[in-house]
Amino acid sequence: MVKTPVPAEENVAPGHMGCPGCGACLALRLALKALGKRTIMTVPACCWAVMPGVFPYCSIKVPVLFTAFETAAASASGVRAALDAKGQKDINVLAWAGDGGTLDIGIQALSGAVERRDEIIYVCYDNEAYMNTGIQRSSSTPIGAWTTTTPVGTTRNFKLEPKKSGVEIMVAHRIPYTATACVSYPEDFVKKLQKARDIRGPKYIQVLCPCPAGWKSDPEKSIQIGRLAVESNVWPLYEVENGVYTVRKPAKKVAVKDYFKTQGRFRHLDEKEIEQIQKLVDHDWETLLRKEENAQKK
Amino acid sequence: MAKKLINGNYAAAYGAKLARAEVIAAYPITPQTAIVEQVADFVSSGEMKARYVTVESEHSAMAACIAAASVGARTFTATSSQGLLLMHELLHWASGARTPVVMVNVNRAVAPPWSVWADQTDSVSQRDTGWMQFYSESTQEELDTVIMSYKVSESPDIMLPSFTTEDAFFLSHTYEPVEIPAQELVDGFLPPFNPEIKLDIDNPRGFGSLSMPHQWYMELRYLIAEAMDRSRQKILKVEKEWKELTGRSYGGLLDEYRTEDAEVVLVNAGSAASTIREVIDRLRAQGKKVGLARLRSFRPFPTEEIRALGRHVHTIGVMDRCYTFGDGGAFFTEVKSALYQLKDRPTVKNFVVGIGGRDITMKTVGKLYDNLYKIKSDGLDEEKEWVDLKRPEVG
Amino acid sequence: MSRPLKSYRDLPLAPITYEDTREAFKTGSWRTFKPQFDKSKCKKCWICWKYCPDMSIRILEDGTGIEFDYDHCKGCGICATECPAKCITMVPED
Repeated sequence: MVKTPVPAEENVAPGHMGCPGCGACLALRLALKALGKRTIMTVPACCWAVMPGVFPYCSIKVPVLFTAFETAAASASGVRAALDAKGQKDINVLAWAGDGGTLDIGIQALSGAVERRDEIIYVCYDNEAYMNTGIQRSSSTPIGAWTTTTPVGTTRNFKLEPKKSGVEIMVAHRIPYTATACVSYPEDFVKKLQKARDIRGPKYIQVLCPCPAGWKSDPEKSIQIGRLAVESNVWPLYEVENGVYTVRKPAKKVAVKDYFKTQGRFRHLDEKEIEQIQKLVDHDWETLLRKEENAQKK
Repeated sequence: MAKKLINGNYAAAYGAKLARAEVIAAYPITPQTAIVEQVADFVSSGEMKARYVTVESEHSAMAACIAAASVGARTFTATSSQGLLLMHELLHWASGARTPVVMVNVNRAVAPPWSVWADQTDSVSQRDTGWMQFYSESTQEELDTVIMSYKVSESPDIMLPSFTTEDAFFLSHTYEPVEIPAQELVDGFLPPFNPEIKLDIDNPRGFGSLSMPHQWYMELRYLIAEAMDRSRQKILKVEKEWKELTGRSYGGLLDEYRTEDAEVVLVNAGSAASTIREVIDRLRAQGKKVGLARLRSFRPFPTEEIRALGRHVHTIGVMDRCYTFGDGGAFFTEVKSALYQLKDRPTVKNFVVGIGGRDITMKTVGKLYDNLYKIKSDGLDEEKEWVDLKRPEVG
Repeated sequence: MSRPLKSYRDLPLAPITYEDTREAFKTGSWRTFKPQFDKSKCKKCWICWKYCPDMSIRILEDGTGIEFDYDHCKGCGICATECPAKCITMVPED
């Protein structure tokens, strides 16, 4: 038996409709390797509602409930309640939603489910816009990005608001485990999922998924781009376990502009704007490090 | 069988308890709150072995019920007015997914302005969603219908969600003596919910999926239409079984009172029917041949029963305790539509009455019957009338 | 397909799937570039297999290398970019 860097079992069939180089496709492949066949998923409207194919076909090889847009977390709560009522144990309930279905239209249900301490694993696979409907902005779109609803134009109307932090919102709910991940770090993502699986209560992981179509990038570079997002501190990898922060420090510092130049969605930014964003990234990074320090002081 | 003095809300909760609902996800809203409180009591005391999910909105309540039903659990929820409207997207979802969720809706007016009082616009405006909907007249009927709804909804050849309604305050908060059936009786009547296909790690499938124009959306919707058609006979069959066990039945899809030889008939749904019965008895004592056809089931619509009525009753007044801005009220237009096929069509008038909880008094009902008699002799005065409306003074 | 659908009578109760996409959707037809593998350079790190979003790289049973599932490979080129030994090259699809 060949030893593989991540579990060998495949729980997603090939033949799905994902774009070539899709980070979200890799994300689910890895997640179901980590969690295995004893998993029931709820998937709202998002890329993964469409990618598994048309009835009667489905690429996903665990039971999956496709749900209305807002309801990934509420549906997961319902699945868990039913499993409990039926006395069915040792089954992962995985809510698998995009950034829109998590942080915009789905945030009420998410907040409710984790506040109730429902036993679910919630993964937000974050491609940083409403990609399924054609690249419209979400609250998770990073500051500076072009999207079809923030199309720059002559008024420099790119996304002017900073990215909403799903992880910090979850930390504020005091859930036992929350983390960021990135498909470019598969072993890390798998490890976090398996850690989450073994913790009682609601768990939240937000995994960055480069999207060549929406980020206007080269499909073959999707993994490299994810790495640059992490190494430039635009998307730091960290975990928060019962209020204690553990932050991965990048090996070497990468400038935000080197991350941005891999994607057409940032092409319109001038030097000054990129500098402002670099300052914001640096500030957020420092804040994160201080949170890690403070938590360890206790 | 125990007899208890309870209100409509408690009756609904007893229905869910006796039916052994396994997952309840509900959100409070006046005047339904006692339902969720009583259910929470039953669960906390261990009387009900269920999981109660304290969801953060009605939309999430319905989402959780659909999901739980997809795992194979028997579900229950309750709501009213704004809450029902908030669920609207997912009401369509529940029937499309063929999940037999059972719900109680307390009929309350829709805002603005805020009104907590009896009005059927909330449930009537959900008539397109593929849910069966039943209108209760009494507290006993409420309890019995909740239990019967499970049997109808969960039938493998139906598998459609259903809700039972009770008028706000008139039924939800009014205490009546109710026979609580024994658990053993209900267990014998209602087997555990065991759907053939469910979310199951040993049989992984995708529920909901995706379709294209050429296949198979239209066919799947047709299957729902077929199931709704079949539900007519199923409702009658289930009620017959319930009558054999308890001695109680409620008139099937259209509950008729003294219509056999009636000259004029009022069609009505909900608690006002009790008032109408009282008026009928008094008028009958005076020799007036009046009757009531109570719409007990609005979906499925009692087409055949309405047509049978229209074949021998030539003047019909349809009461709408709601308004949906069509060519008259919703019950009115649907009754007329069912009667259209008759060779000799009766005269039908729409009475829009009791909106926003305005009381439907015996005096008002008497006036309606008088009006119908006048129409019988002199012809239709106006097709639609808003009754007891505060109109500006003429002249 | 295990059960061909011809009319509404063949349908399950609701839109519930019962087959995976492997046979029905040969997404290999999407390719404009095709990966080619040079076994002699392979370090057996399985990084290519790890990163494929389409489950279109199979590790050989004997562990001597990999093979591509050309029925499904979309030619994204991630494997070629990530391979540390540069044993995968993307060539134009003919």
